[in-house]
Amino acid sequence: MAQIPRDEQGPSGQPRIGTDDWVASVEERRAARTGLSGRLLDRWERVPLWAPLLAVVAFGAVFPYLTDSDYVLRVGFNALVFALLALGLNIVVGYAGLLDLGYIAFFGFGAYAYAILSSNKFDLHLPTLAALPIVIAASALLGLLLGLPSRRVTGDYLAIVTLFFAQIFVTFTTNANRIVPPWSDEPIDLTGGPNGISGLDPFSLFGVDAIEVSSYFYIALVLVTLGMLGLYILSESRTGRAWKAVREDPLAAEAMTIPVNRLKLLAFAFGAATAGLTGSLFAAQQIGVFPQNFELPLLITIYAMVILGGAGSIPGVVIGAITITVVLEVLRGPADARVLFYAAIALGLAIGIRPWRRLAALLVGTLALGLVLNVLVGAIWPRATARGAAEGEGFVGSLVEAWVLTPTEPGDIGNVAFVVLIAAVLGLTLLRGTWRLVALAPTLYLAAFVWENRLIFQPSVTRLLILGALLVVLMNARPQGLLGTTRVEIT
Amino acid sequence: MTELLELRGVSLAFGGLTVLDGLDLVVNEGEIVSVIGPNGAGKTTLFNLATGIYEPDRGDILLDGESIVGLAPHTIASRGIARTFQTIRLFLNMTVKENVMAATYGHTKMGPLRSVLRTPAARREEREVNALAEERLGFFGQRLMGYRWDQPAYSLSYANRRRLEIARATATNPRILLLDEPAAGMNPSETHEITGLIEQLRSEGGYTILVIEHDMHVVEGISDRVVALDHGVKIAEGTFDEVATSPRVVEAYLGTKAASTK
Repeated sequence: MAQIPRDEQGPSGQPRIGTDDWVASVEERRAARTGLSGRLLDRWERVPLWAPLLAVVAFGAVFPYLTDSDYVLRVGFNALVFALLALGLNIVVGYAGLLDLGYIAFFGFGAYAYAILSSNKFDLHLPTLAALPIVIAASALLGLLLGLPSRRVTGDYLAIVTLFFAQIFVTFTTNANRIVPPWSDEPIDLTGGPNGISGLDPFSLFGVDAIEVSSYFYIALVLVTLGMLGLYILSESRTGRAWKAVREDPLAAEAMTIPVNRLKLLAFAFGAATAGLTGSLFAAQQIGVFPQNFELPLLITIYAMVILGGAGSIPGVVIGAITITVVLEVLRGPADARVLFYAAIALGLAIGIRPWRRLAALLVGTLALGLVLNVLVGAIWPRATARGAAEGEGFVGSLVEAWVLTPTEPGDIGNVAFVVLIAAVLGLTLLRGTWRLVALAPTLYLAAFVWENRLIFQPSVTRLLILGALLVVLMNARPQGLLGTTRVEIT
Repeated sequence: MTELLELRGVSLAFGGLTVLDGLDLVVNEGEIVSVIGPNGAGKTTLFNLATGIYEPDRGDILLDGESIVGLAPHTIASRGIARTFQTIRLFLNMTVKENVMAATYGHTKMGPLRSVLRTPAARREEREVNALAEERLGFFGQRLMGYRWDQPAYSLSYANRRRLEIARATATNPRILLLDEPAAGMNPSETHEITGLIEQLRSEGGYTILVIEHDMHVVEGISDRVVALDHGVKIAEGTFDEVATSPRVVEAYLGTKAASTK
């Protein structure tokens, strides 16, 4: 029990109201936050709620003026689409605590519904403001249907049931181009099969057609802003509290007048409606929909965003969505990916190794190891340093060239080094204290070697690998996600 | 006196195990009734039946003269039966105040749409819910007040968790409170406090109270009437002294030998 200072004691030695060991320990925890990260955390806690929202909106509003590249703008648009999806998933998973793996199907359903309502497919061409409410209502209805099993099936079992639905959706859209209705022999092509539907009408709001990427970017920005605001108000409302109660303890919630099943269905419907609307936006911008847009990797990506940002935290999931979209894009180009790779390692070391003297020793040691190794091996076997770093431009490139061994034929050596690196990392977890620090230097060097001689040649594989590694490290350091709050499961 | 809660010949079996067998029980308006009995006597099952978590195999359960058998637990709770749990079941990752506010769901009205649009009615209701939560937490003096409102429920001490659970139950605006071992795990001074508190819940809150309790000092201190159960059957009923001296009760607690030597 924490010592209560004498001056905070009330009459007769009783602790004054508002001063007990819990409060004392909060102050202790706050005092324990030292260094850069601690100060940043302190700052963050003092930021009022509207400030990050305003910052995001302001940045978003000027973003299209900062770049004239359509590519960059499209990445920005994708980030916002993912942010919307993450917000919707946050209702189902973060608030109501339902593990809905069929979520991606609602995104796809919204996209296909818009495509069918507003394209040459059936010559419907509904105006956007008529099509969207239909899409939203239909998605919500589908959400209710998928939510039905959640009345009896919970937890992991619900995840399996809903995952099945996600798989059915992709299979259905791929094959629903030759449905034979009972009343005629003429097959109907509903979804265009593997070729999808293309030639969608652009969004048309108040007489203006959205053609440019920047138009869609602004529409998405408005939706994300409204979504964040709405969700924030909702989370502090009667419904939001009931959702959280259902997540925490369904039986107790039921005994406290909360209709648990109705709230589960409501959460499913809200999530589905959000995903459906986002799907329409995505489809209109892409001017087409295809079954492969809605496959499982996308679902995993959205979940990664929610988990990384912190399930239940509104700014958290938006930041998670933007971070992962941008990281995945950056990892496409080898030169950018390299900067990210080394920056992530440096950041990880800076956070993980205390005090800074050990960190400095480690960095100097690793650098020296590389330089000496480069000179020695270069003298004995010149081919080992001959190739020069791939994409060896800029400061990082030239530094790497002098530091990492780059043999002319890296193929087999790279593969062997990769396996050795994995073994070394696993071995590292067994070591403690100074030994770990000593072993860390060659491991880091090995990581750089593997990167330069193996991973950098295959960016498409590497980016998922790096993202996975980043997630593993981050989630180990902060299991509750970037902005999530720690939850307890024990009583 | 009117009968508020009435069980008529209620039986329940889990497979071949009979938990309650033809139980009759009446709780009158304004009464404090204690249920005692050894472990496995069927006391908590009685609560689970009355709150709709289980349905009886036979018999009827009436609240204010109307049958509540077959209704969903949340409907029964809205009609006026609130309970606490033997193993405390709070919404651990919500704040203290949110725990209480969540329990007002049954007698508030705002749907998600009006809440998001923050219509005047929604804002008024939110203010009312806030005030109600503060009032119900205020029932426990300073223990759940002030800075504690915004603490997560998991940060509370054991005794405060029990208090919060009672506050949460009263936020449903019940007519009858079912308290499942409110003094379990409390130290002597806290047990003493609970005894006064239950009396106060009736006199100030106006609730009728049905309580399961093992601590005989508490039972003696609060009960208008005591009902003793054993193996799902009512073995004694009456004032505390009548029940405590009943040979069948002594037998249930201490065995036949102890009962015969008495």
